[in-house]
Amino acid sequence: MAVKVLIPTPLRQFTGKQPSIECSATTVGEALGSLTSTFSELRKHLYTEEGKIRSFVNVYLNDEDIRFLDKENTRTKDGDTISIVPSIAGGSPSRGIIRGERTWQFQRIR
Amino acid sequence: MLFLPSNLEMEIRDHGARDYPHECCGAMLGTDGEAGREVTSLFPLINRRDDSPRNRFSITPEDFRAAERAAAERGLDVLGWYHSHPDHPARPSEFDREYAWPWYSYVIVSVEARTPKDLTSWRLEDDRSKFQPEGITASRPASQGA
Repeated sequence: MAVKVLIPTPLRQFTGKQPSIECSATTVGEALGSLTSTFSELRKHLYTEEGKIRSFVNVYLNDEDIRFLDKENTRTKDGDTISIVPSIAGGSPSRGIIRGERTWQFQRIR
Repeated sequence: MLFLPSNLEMEIRDHGARDYPHECCGAMLGTDGEAGREVTSLFPLINRRDDSPRNRFSITPEDFRAAERAAAERGLDVLGWYHSHPDHPARPSEFDREYAWPWYSYVIVSVEARTPKDLTSWRLEDDRSKFQPEGITASRPASQGA
């Protein structure tokens, strides 16, 4: 089954600047596995060290979030499009404020 | 080096002050070429983190896609994201690093008692190990060194 995987802008540097990659797969997990085998640098951005898809990586099959389908076991068919959509999140440290007695809890950036 | 015109920098600061004591967030749209990375417009977003908006921000996939569409309609890219640190320094937290993506510029404005203070920009290293500071200039990339 030929499926297309859309690569988000920040990860295109790891796919030779290609915005999409065609691969042959019968499930979403297989497609992502094929993608990260070909472009190994992608792996640490998509998966945790335990091999799970990172919580802030959203994967869509066509327009459906795979969390609401069969997750990585979601079956694909010829011509499907898989999108990798980043969740953007962050925030200030839970401790360490400017005004107050606590010291900053940051790792110094060099 | 991130080219951030002073009027847009002021918009980020104002957004941070307006949303204080909550964190504000938004997308930075522009171009990334050989001459440098230039922010040409902002796409302010709503912080979707309802449970702890004072020290967390979240941009949903739907908002992410809206920002990407807005950029594409203008022939631009989403270059990065800005957010505020209410009553905290303008330095990325471990939480910021954990959720960051490479390539993007992450602008942080510190807002102390509703007054915007330092504004910094950061880029995640490709191996995800740490952020590196990114310089900010209000001068156009092409005019640098001229």
